[in-house]
Amino acid sequence: MRETFVTTATEFLDDPRTAVVLADISAAAFAPAAARHPERVLNVGIREQLMVGVAGGLALTGLRPIVHSYAPFLVERAYEQIKLDLDHQGVGAVLVSVGASYDRAAAGRTHLAPADVALIDTLRDWTVHVPGHRDEVPGVLREVVCGRQDSAYVRLSTQSNGSAYPDAGDLRVIRDAGPGAPLLVAVGPVLDRALAAVADRPVTVAYTHRPRPFDKAGLRALAGTEVILVEPYLAGTSARVVGDALADRPHRLLALGVGRADLRRYGSPADHDRWHGLDAAGLRRSIDAFLSPAG
Amino acid sequence: MTTTTATDPALLRALLDRVRAGRDFGPNVYSTLDVLQVLYDRVLRISPDTVDDPDRDRFLLSKGHAVAGYYALLAAKGFIPVAWLDDQGGPDSRLGDHPDRLLVPGVEIGSGSLGHGLGLSVGTALGLRAQGRPDPRVYVLLGDAELDEGSNHEAIAYAGATGLGNLTAVVLDNRSASHGWPGGAASRFTVNGWTAATVDGRDHDALHTALTSHDHHRPHVVVAVVTDSGE
Repeated sequence: MRETFVTTATEFLDDPRTAVVLADISAAAFAPAAARHPERVLNVGIREQLMVGVAGGLALTGLRPIVHSYAPFLVERAYEQIKLDLDHQGVGAVLVSVGASYDRAAAGRTHLAPADVALIDTLRDWTVHVPGHRDEVPGVLREVVCGRQDSAYVRLSTQSNGSAYPDAGDLRVIRDAGPGAPLLVAVGPVLDRALAAVADRPVTVAYTHRPRPFDKAGLRALAGTEVILVEPYLAGTSARVVGDALADRPHRLLALGVGRADLRRYGSPADHDRWHGLDAAGLRRSIDAFLSPAG
Repeated sequence: MTTTTATDPALLRALLDRVRAGRDFGPNVYSTLDVLQVLYDRVLRISPDTVDDPDRDRFLLSKGHAVAGYYALLAAKGFIPVAWLDDQGGPDSRLGDHPDRLLVPGVEIGSGSLGHGLGLSVGTALGLRAQGRPDPRVYVLLGDAELDEGSNHEAIAYAGATGLGNLTAVVLDNRSASHGWPGGAASRFTVNGWTAATVDGRDHDALHTALTSHDHHRPHVVVAVVTDSGE
């Protein structure tokens, strides 16, 4: 996805309003673009507060900044700059991260960022995209960068589904188990394992790569009594919006995602999926317990 | 090109008293008044008619708590109605204890949390340069205690390394940094390739000379030293 992002953002630089702001991460990949547009491809060095502050200043002069780094440094380290240098100034930018939640599991806690979407969700009117396949990336970027001035967060991962659904901003039904069936909503690259988890269960599976704004109308149209959320970031991040959307209906919600514990373990993303119960077997255990409660 | 309409000091004091409304102001308010006057009277190319002109000079107040003199000056220059000063901080007022750019005409940034203005000013200077606007200059006002915030040092190093020649930082040095700046505040900038001038923050001619002595190839800092209370 990162390569697709670099290619797509480089194309956007043909528009003299577009700028890219980096803090060393991916600077080599953007070097050809920087050679062509030295005044609009800006690498500030390992300075994430400045990276977001510069984006705010660029936007104040009318440019459309794309800001890119590792998720923990882009969102968590520079959170006050996101809040004040973008939102409070009334200007927007497109933040594009790589690495979350645990793409570089072996790097340890400093490079993990399961809370990134939850942090962005403390802000108002942000669009959040979590592509599940590289072929979803160009359309997502075009939608949030071009012709718009509001802010968006695009979360790129090395994890991927087998198929791309570029138009799945609104919920898209991947598997229909009929009226009244429990609804599972998979966000981004957890779709394939969610499908595997409920392969022989009567569960409708819908997919989205745009958790904000969440497709509440689509959810209301699809949801029966049971709703299962599977998100590749902090568990429960979208429980609030599902609760809002279904506030007038009796329903039960199972919100699955990454746990809060610092596991202090390395290994691979697949290992962390297993430890957080986000592999197919773990999802199946949680979903079965939810749908067939003991006693 | 430079505006030279001097603000009547008596008028400015009267406007400041309307903001003050019987409250006590700390040294941070009075120490900033002179440099604001010199900027708005003799340096900045901006008027109430040009607050949205892309080629205007930018003035970013980073130390947002030094707001009383700022509001008084904006009123004196006609950016905001004088009557706004009487209810500063009130429930229906547009004038908070820190300024909000979306509420106050002529205010370039909302500030208050220290250490944000310099990064925003670097981005603004870069944005003007990228759009081929060589004329407007970006001025940002900081305090010596504000320099404690590490974000400033990210901006100082980068602006120096990239020769951001359309940027001027003004450090109002009222010696309020808890641990001081041994060797002077200016040295933090000059070691990174900025030009610098350290002057008496009460001396309008010295301030004017310092504020106009940039060379267009490197960022420039003016350290305005004010050690008296101003009253």
